[in-house]
Parts: sequence; structure tokens; C-alpha cells
Amino acid sequence: MSEIFEILLSANFWAASLRIATPLIFGVLGALVCERAGVLNLGIEGIFTAGAMAGWMAVWLGAGLWGGVMVAAIAGGFFGLIHAILTVPLGLSQHVSGIGVTLFATSLSYFIYRTALPDVSSPPRIEAFQPLDIPVLSDLPFLGTALFQQTSLTFLALLLVIVTAYVLYRTPLGLAIQAVGDNPSAVESQGLSVYGLRIGAIVAGSAIMALGGAFLTMSAFDAFFFGMVNGRGWICIALTVFASWRPGKALIGALLFGAFDAFQVRLQTEIGSFIPGQIFLMMPYVLSIIALVVVARRADYPRALLVPYFRGQR
Amino acid sequence: METDGSQAVPILKLDGITKRFGALTANGDVSLELHRGEILALLGENGAGKTTLMNILFGHYVADEGKVLVGSNDGDLSALEPGSPNAALVAGIGMVHQHFTLAENLSALDNILLGTETLSALKSARLPARHKLENLMSRSGLTVSLDTRVSQLSVGEKQRVEILKALYRDARVLVLDEPTAVLTPQESDTLFATLKKLAEDGLGIIFISHKLAEVLASSHRIAILRAGRKVADLPSDGCDQRQLAELMVGHEITETVREPNQPGAPLFVLNGIFAGQGRDVLHDVNLELKSGEILGIAGVSGNGQTMLARVISGLETAARGSIQLEGVDLGKASVRQMIDSGLARIPEDRHRDGVVGAMTVSENLAIESIREPENQRFGLLRFTELRERARNLIKSYDIRCQSENSPARLLSGGNIQKIVLARTLETEPKVVLAAQPSRGLDVGATSDVHKRLLAVRARGAGVILISEDLDELLRLSDRIAVIHRGVLSAAEQTEKLDRGTLGLSMAGHSEEDAA
Repeated sequence: MSEIFEILLSANFWAASLRIATPLIFGVLGALVCERAGVLNLGIEGIFTAGAMAGWMAVWLGAGLWGGVMVAAIAGGFFGLIHAILTVPLGLSQHVSGIGVTLFATSLSYFIYRTALPDVSSPPRIEAFQPLDIPVLSDLPFLGTALFQQTSLTFLALLLVIVTAYVLYRTPLGLAIQAVGDNPSAVESQGLSVYGLRIGAIVAGSAIMALGGAFLTMSAFDAFFFGMVNGRGWICIALTVFASWRPGKALIGALLFGAFDAFQVRLQTEIGSFIPGQIFLMMPYVLSIIALVVVARRADYPRALLVPYFRGQR
Repeated sequence: METDGSQAVPILKLDGITKRFGALTANGDVSLELHRGEILALLGENGAGKTTLMNILFGHYVADEGKVLVGSNDGDLSALEPGSPNAALVAGIGMVHQHFTLAENLSALDNILLGTETLSALKSARLPARHKLENLMSRSGLTVSLDTRVSQLSVGEKQRVEILKALYRDARVLVLDEPTAVLTPQESDTLFATLKKLAEDGLGIIFISHKLAEVLASSHRIAILRAGRKVADLPSDGCDQRQLAELMVGHEITETVREPNQPGAPLFVLNGIFAGQGRDVLHDVNLELKSGEILGIAGVSGNGQTMLARVISGLETAARGSIQLEGVDLGKASVRQMIDSGLARIPEDRHRDGVVGAMTVSENLAIESIREPENQRFGLLRFTELRERARNLIKSYDIRCQSENSPARLLSGGNIQKIVLARTLETEPKVVLAAQPSRGLDVGATSDVHKRLLAVRARGAGVILISEDLDELLRLSDRIAVIHRGVLSAAEQTEKLDRGTLGLSMAGHSEEDAA
């Protein structure tokens, strides 16, 4: 038991939780923007990969770190647009289109990577984002290490939580997005464009998701690897339900998952080898499923989620 | 307050509107005018093209021919951009759809504000909007709790939000599609009183309806559509219901009359039923249906009728209480056992629970008797016999469909109801549970349903008729009980009841309150 407390009391554990949570925060925010507008975006896993690849490659080609972030967002927006066109005006199955976008975005990223670097065995490294050294705050005992020694992208993720919440609840645009995910005819009868709102929300949401991918190659690691997204996108889809489509709860969900993950790594080293490592690896996922079961039973789904809208049809 | 000069120019003019859907002409060369301060009733059967016409006016559809003209404040008429709800809103046309167009996850205030602000605004200006709305509410008497989520509002309140949406945008023309379909008689009266007041303030109002009484009582002028064409446009003064009905249907109507008969022994008994939770509950429900009787159950929807129907059909097991059919206990019976003991059901939502849309008419007709030897042998369906039987039923029940092999979803509501009637009544059940059997049906189909139910009664079976339509209940039922918040009142002889007392008990007032 004392080992567990030791882990929970170490500042490094909390710093790691926040770091692991960062791509998930981007991912859940992006997914919830899409779903609030009524469209499930299962392209997320591929959009993560595309963001990771595009951001990293832009920096490698000399675009600069923030330039890379922009490129990643644009790549995400591009794949979001494909999903949007297929699911909104054409009204195709959101599941099928989403999976298709994931496969397409992943394969295209790998293809471009291999074409650009045909015969390297280890990918070239870039100068990634470094942890910020904020005067005073970063030097605080415990809190400084736990919260304020992160890279800029982590702070961007936290900022986006506030921005998304503000836009969703306080602006006319946010009200329209919430309405279009609940009852599209409410939006149309008030003179707004259902398609415009949905397409816009999917493109914006996908751009945000791609930043989660960019964090992987430009902050967590400094290079692009095959399979590096490793299911993080799917976790975000589950966390969106856990978060009841609310940005604040999305942050909590992502942090919780990050904490589980950071905890299992440390527990593995503390407890040692007599339990197979896979059990520990499994833990965050099992705990997520349990949390999901507890929360999602009462989940208040956007009523028009998955329902395509055609004008003049009831 | 208005001079006669400005009365001459209409604020809205539909000019030769034609709209076709494939081979069907939904609107053929329809022209209409609406003046300031006028209430125009648009009357017609289902499928007559009323809603299509209004959807063209509001820009949901584009007309194939003809145009919509809107009068400006200084009296000029200008054409409205077709196919754009936004253009209609800007021109001052507000529409209250039959199915409310409200986002249930937002507050009433946010729903009203939706679309009135530029999307690039950094903040929703809720405070000035609230002031304007409070002003509007006190002037029009349409009060709504602005901060409540729409999902928490009652149907009447939702409708008020819809009207406020239009008024908030300074509408000069208000269109209401079947506004009373979901209201109690009292709520309807209040609505029409409000509309009269709004019209006196200069608003032009069009309301769509197929209820003759309310059309006569509340409109200045009546336009009647039949099969997509305007067949009459006349002032309401001096019309009577019979004349309107015949114009609407196109031929003379024979009234269904309930022949007096002596009800027999108790047939179907509910005793102390408790069921459900949340809003759809039953609380100590007792009911006794005699043979040769139609027992009406009146109530505003959402007061436990759905649960009552589910319990009676065996879809839901009551938490407490007993159900008996001819003395046999069916408290724990499954749906199958209920059907086998002679209970037939006409479900409330005929599209969802009455038929399987993707299956053919003949399959739908056989679906409850699929295990009978005449329909299957060794577990294999006997398609020839099924089709043969279906063809006979299609003829005797006058089901309009291309053939017995067309999917049921292609049929109109009235014909789907005929499938349900044919399937359930052919087995000569002892008890028929008819939930909202004529809801949404036109005059012809409704009278057909009524005749069938009276025939069931005439052969000595019993009918439980759950309905929100008081005229229907008063015409068909021998006795009527009222359900309110899951409590069923004692049934009373229909002769002792009238619309007023029934309406009051539907709204939850006891007789003492009324006196």
C-alpha cells in the first residue's frame, strides 16, 4: 500500500498524467464538437495519424514548430471535410465513412512518409517543443513540477477547453451547434444552414483532433513512427460519452485516463515482475470501460447524433 | 386603427402555386391572399396539400410554378426568394410547425434567440432579448419560463415558445400547422383567444386545420383545399359544418351513429393496477368493460394512456393489480397469450408498432397469426395462401395499395390503419384495445375506423377506446372515463357528459372545481 501512496504523492506522477492526457484532451474536444453538431467522427484515429505525420514532416522540412502545428490542423481539417461531405449533404453512414477516413488518412500518412524517406531505418528527429520554464510558477515546490513544466501544446490544450466551453455555451454559434445536434429542423426554421453548421463543426473538430496527433510527434516524441497513435483516437470516442459532451468533463476524463496510465507504469516498476506486464497495460482501458459503464447509462446523447438531415423530409 | 385603404393591399399573396412530387400534384394552381389583422383557416383532409403549401410559403420547398408575394409596410408587393426559410423570416413570415422545431437541449430563451444573431458574435446578447421577450409576453399573454430547458416544458408551453419565436422576429404573418392537434380543449380556447388578440394588433394569421368546429369559431375566412386544389374561399360567417365537410371531402358524408344496445356481462376487468415510473405511470387503475360496449378513455396525451395500453396488451407487466378476461387471470400473460385469449390491439403509433414497414402488405396482415396451420406447414410459410388471404382482406377492408406484395411503408397512414384493422378484427377478438385509432386520419378513413369499431360492439365484443378526440369519444362510447396523471376516473354514461366537463377533468379539475 505504501508504494501506491508514494506514487500518488510524487510530483512526477502528476506531470506525467497531464502529459499523457494532452493528446486525449485535443481528441475529446474535437470529437465532442463534431458530435454536438450531430455527427460521429470515427475518422479520429486516422486524423491523429495525419496530424502527427503532417506536423512532424512540416517541421522536418523547416516550417518551424508553430508552422507544423498549423499544417497538422489543416491536414485534420482536410480529412474532416471529406467525412463532412460524405455524411452531411450525402447523408451516408457515419460509421462507414468514419472508418473509411481513418483507413485513408492512416495509409496516406504512411505512404507520404515512405515516399519522402524511402530507405531510412530510424526516422529523422526534429527539435521538438521543450517544457516551458515559467518564471516563479515552474519553480514552485511540487506544483511547479506537477503542473508548470509542460510544453506549450499542453497549455494550448487547456486553453482550448476554456475556449470550446465558452463558444459552446456563450456564443450564438455555440447555441446553433448545440441545436443542430439536437433538432436540425429547429435550426433550419430559424433561417440557419444545417449543412453549413455541421460541415463547419466537423472541419473545426477534426482540426482540433489533429493537434492531438501533432503533440505526439512534436512534443511527446520527436519523430514519426508507424502505429504510434495506438488507439488513442478510439479512447477519445469513449471519453466523449464519459464527458457527456461537456468540455469541462472532457478534461476530467482525459486526466483520469492519463492518471491511470501514468499510475500503471509506476506500479509496474514498484511491484515488479511476478504479475505479467500486460495486466498493468490493460488497467487504464479496463478502468475506462468501468467508468463508461457507470456514467454512460445516464448519458444524454445529442438527439440528432447519427441521424442525417435532408431538407423537406421528416 | 387601420384605414380601409391599406386593407385593400394584402400582406401576403400566393399566386398560382403548383408543386409536384413525381406523379403526384400536391398543389395545383393555388392562389391565396391574406390581409392585415385577418385570421384565415386553411381547411382540408390529410394529403390535400395544406402543409405542402405552407412549406412552400416558408421556403422549405420550392414551387414548380407560381410565386409568393409579400406586401411591404407601404403596400407594395414583392416576390419572395423561393426555397429560403431565411428570406421568409426576413420578410416577416413566422411558422409554427406541427412537429415543433425546438432544440430540446437549449432553454426557451436560447431557442428564441437561435438564428437572430450573427454567428460571428463573440457573445450571445441574452439580456436585451429577455427584456424584449418579457414585454412581448405581457402584451400577448403568452407566458413561458424563459430559462427552462425546452425538454422540461409541456406541449402547450412549447407551442407558446414557437409563437414567441415568430413574434420576437417581428413577424407580420404567422402560420400555424394544426396548432390544436396536441392541445386540450381549454388550451385550444386560450390559443385562439391569443390569436384573436394578435390579429387585432395587425398580425395576419393562417392556421391549418381539419377540425371544422374550431375553424368556424375562430377564423374570419376559410380556404378549403381538396386534392391539391383550392375548392372554396369563403367568409366564415354564414358557413356551417356540414357544408364545410362536404366541400372538404367532395361528397356527402354519412354520420356514424351508435345504435342503442344493452351491454352484457363484464368481459374484461382491471383491478388496482399500478405500473410504470416517471411520467408514464398508472396509479390504482380500475376498469370494467362489458360485452357489447365501447368504453372511452379520455385524456391529454402523456397522462398514462401509453402505459395503460402497454399493460392491457401485455407489453408491460403491472407491478400490482389483476387483469381478467372472462374471469381468466392474465396478470402475468405475455403478448402472445393476450392475443390468444382474444385481445386485439390497435396501437397508438401505427407506423412504429402497427406494421413492419419493410415487410409486404400480405406479410403484415398475417403477422399475428403466423403460427396458425393455415399460414404455415412444418414451420414453412404458405405464401400462396397468405397472398390469397391478403387479397381478400385488401378487398373487404378497401386497403389502397399497388398489390399485396408492396412494402407497407409505402402506404398512407389511413391505409396502414386499415391493415391493422383487417389483421386484428378478422380474428373476431373478444376485446379490442383501440389507442388513438383515428389520430391523423382524414374524414373518410376516420369514419371507416368508427364503423369497424361499432361493428365490433354490435357483435357483442368490447372495445376500449383511448382517444384525445372528444367528439370521437362522445360519438362512439357508451361510457367514458378520464385519465389524468395516471389516475383513471370512474366511467360515466356518455349521455351525462359533455365536452366542457370532459375537458375540465382532462385538465385535472374535479367536478367540484368546475361548479
